[in-house]
Amino acid sequence: MSDIKIEGYEFKPGFKGMAKDTGSDQTMFKGVHWGKAMMWIFLLSDTFIFSCFLISYMKGRGSTIIDWPNPSEVFGLHVFGVDVPLLLIAIMTFVLITSSGTMALAVKYGYEKNKKMCGWLILATAIGGLTFVGMQAFEWGKLIHEGVRPWENPFGAPQFGSFFFMITGFHGTHVSIGVIFLFIYAYKTFAGHYDEGKRGWFTTMKGDYVEIEILGLYWHFVDLVWVFIFAFFYLW
Amino acid sequence: MSEDFSDNKTIQAQSSETISGGGSGITPDMDYVRPAEVGEQDLYHGHSFITKWIFCQDAKVIGVQYFLLATFTGIIGLILSWLMRLQLGFPGLAPFMTAEHYYQFVTMHGMIMVVYFLTALFLGGFGNYLIPLMVGARDMVFPYLNMVSFWSFFVAVAVLLASFFVPGGPTGSGWTLYPPQAILEGTPGSGWGIMLMCISLILFVAGFTMGGLNYLITVLQARTRGMTLMRMPLTVWGIFTATVLAMLAFPALLVGALMMSLDNVLGTSFFMPTILKAGEVLEYGGGSPILFQHLFWFFGHPEVYIVALPAFGIISDLISVHARKNIFGYRMMVWAIVGIGALSFFVWAHHMYVSGMNPWFGFFFATTTLIIAVPTAMKVYNWILTLWRGNIRLNTVMLWCLGFIVTFVNGGITGIFLGNVSVDVPLSDTYFVIAHFHMVMGIAPLMVIMGAVYHWFPLVAGRFLDEKLGKWHFWLTFLGAYSIYFPMHYLGFIGVPRRYFEMYDSPYVASAVGMNEFISLAAFIVGAAQFILIYNIIKTLKTGKPAGHNPWQACSLEWLTPTVPPEHGNWGDRLPTVHRWAYDYSVPGAKEDFITQTTPPSEVAHTKVEKT
Repeated sequence: MSDIKIEGYEFKPGFKGMAKDTGSDQTMFKGVHWGKAMMWIFLLSDTFIFSCFLISYMKGRGSTIIDWPNPSEVFGLHVFGVDVPLLLIAIMTFVLITSSGTMALAVKYGYEKNKKMCGWLILATAIGGLTFVGMQAFEWGKLIHEGVRPWENPFGAPQFGSFFFMITGFHGTHVSIGVIFLFIYAYKTFAGHYDEGKRGWFTTMKGDYVEIEILGLYWHFVDLVWVFIFAFFYLW
Repeated sequence: MSEDFSDNKTIQAQSSETISGGGSGITPDMDYVRPAEVGEQDLYHGHSFITKWIFCQDAKVIGVQYFLLATFTGIIGLILSWLMRLQLGFPGLAPFMTAEHYYQFVTMHGMIMVVYFLTALFLGGFGNYLIPLMVGARDMVFPYLNMVSFWSFFVAVAVLLASFFVPGGPTGSGWTLYPPQAILEGTPGSGWGIMLMCISLILFVAGFTMGGLNYLITVLQARTRGMTLMRMPLTVWGIFTATVLAMLAFPALLVGALMMSLDNVLGTSFFMPTILKAGEVLEYGGGSPILFQHLFWFFGHPEVYIVALPAFGIISDLISVHARKNIFGYRMMVWAIVGIGALSFFVWAHHMYVSGMNPWFGFFFATTTLIIAVPTAMKVYNWILTLWRGNIRLNTVMLWCLGFIVTFVNGGITGIFLGNVSVDVPLSDTYFVIAHFHMVMGIAPLMVIMGAVYHWFPLVAGRFLDEKLGKWHFWLTFLGAYSIYFPMHYLGFIGVPRRYFEMYDSPYVASAVGMNEFISLAAFIVGAAQFILIYNIIKTLKTGKPAGHNPWQACSLEWLTPTVPPEHGNWGDRLPTVHRWAYDYSVPGAKEDFITQTTPPSEVAHTKVEKT
């Protein structure tokens, strides 16, 4: 991937190289797959969505006159007779970050055309994502059980419930969509669709291992967003 | 070849990648363009009627689909504006026009025209049709996604129009949908109407994102050999930059619409403050209505440029072709488009001067707003300098171009009034504002659309539109639009407020009544004049003069396809190779007054063509 060679085109390092690529014909990002460039730009757009959510959250939290609940208490778990703050969230975060690691390895084995390892690692990533969503469902259930609703909250400002369910729900939807695609891609990898270039069900485009990297970009992004949500919701 | 220029050794034609020795004349490698980086695009060719014309993956068909559906919604918007003018000019004449209906029509007219008509038409319609052709691609890079994009737009329009038939009717909160009134009882459509509006907007944004990714990647990664960014026609630059804006601005609308739906359906209080209604405190409390305004206008202001930038780009090309001159200051035009696009993200709060902001914010946003006038004025000067001493063809297309320049400058000047806080405050919410934005982002882009239709119809349909009908269409629209919006400036100065259903016995009535009647009559005529175009299209589809290849003698790639209209895949067996920019008109020494982008340098080595 790192050594792209293009006939009749000489790469230059650094800023000059960037300027030369920009000024050249055909492509701006030399050797970059269309789908990969698309995913980067989509993620930029998605970043703006999550930024809008988080900025609205900051505004809502900053201007509320009723006290915001203390996250260490609200998100704490009572295990073995002790109150551990943020225990569940710590596990969720660990699982999600680990799944990013397995995803990265899947991409590596994909480019090595190691079908078996690649498939298992994608499956591991999918299971990690599924675990995350499951734990999030558990957390939602716990909060709902304690009386937190989108429109009210026994611990303080009602906006806590609104923003919490909306933002984690939106993020959880991203994770769930990712999990669905991971399972599909795991199947496609095991079935050898990427080796033989089998055409997609809907898009009729030929399969290629680059698709795994594109999904990987999405997965890492969802992970990164979680880090921000974690910081703003649970640590603030 | 002219003898005057045969001894000219300083300027010579070269291809981009080659430096051919010292001497002039033809050298063996001067036509060299390096080989293609990626293989041929894998295209899905539809065979049945459904895959060819309905769920079609050809960007050109999708472009036409977008165009037709956007035009259809635009006509609904037009009819709504007629009903509004009927009420304003002749209150009481139509008994079905209640205040509720009036507000609903105002809202739907605004939203339809800005989002579902202009945005969809420029980006979905012209973008899909022209981008692959102009950059020399076989199709958009993700044809399947492109098809889904159109059908999302279709569902979005269906949901929007469905709101006319739900209990309570469509929302009547104004196109800005400001909470808290948008979802409070008493505002028309506060239940179903606003919900369908939010859902429709979310669908539109989702569909647009799919299309937008296509436009961006096609421009960035799928240009043909020799097509550098700085050789692209300005149309592509305008649509490209507008798409970038849309990708970054629509998220704010999506988030705003989502939060508003939750406020409406679940009873959250993102935007809802504590509200006392008839002595009772509602269940809402603690939210911020100003937050919605920020989210909305963070989308809303770039949206103005999402409409304007493609118009700027298209008009540059039309003027250049029909004045037979290269566009004046091409690079400056490109940087102006990019600069306006960047600046448009830092001006949004000039829509909120009267919302109760810190005065320093007003100062900041007034400054950034007025800075935008600089690149915009540069563009206007460049259009005029392109016309200056050009070989102007005064056909219908050129008339629309001239009409655009006039209306755009007019609307731009009133924008300077409204950009200043101290001038804006007394003019806020008056007809002056209506006149301003209709002139600058209603009529001016519409002039471009019309010009573009008359210009590119021969490509799409292979036949010319009728010139005589076209001129009638132009003059009725141009003079009529001035009759509508020019008096509105005066109405604004005397303080007639916008969005009022009726003036009743206010003291303005004496001088405003006659003017309102006049405006309404003009509006009826201008609206009706648009049907001339529809008649013209239907008539000339069968009987129009056949256009043949490159009827306007243009340089850009879209006219150089092997077949007219272009087929799926656009270029037949071989992709075109580009050697120059799209504006080599009236080059001294050349046989004809245009040199197409695909003409190799060796063929024009002894003309005074410049390296581009």
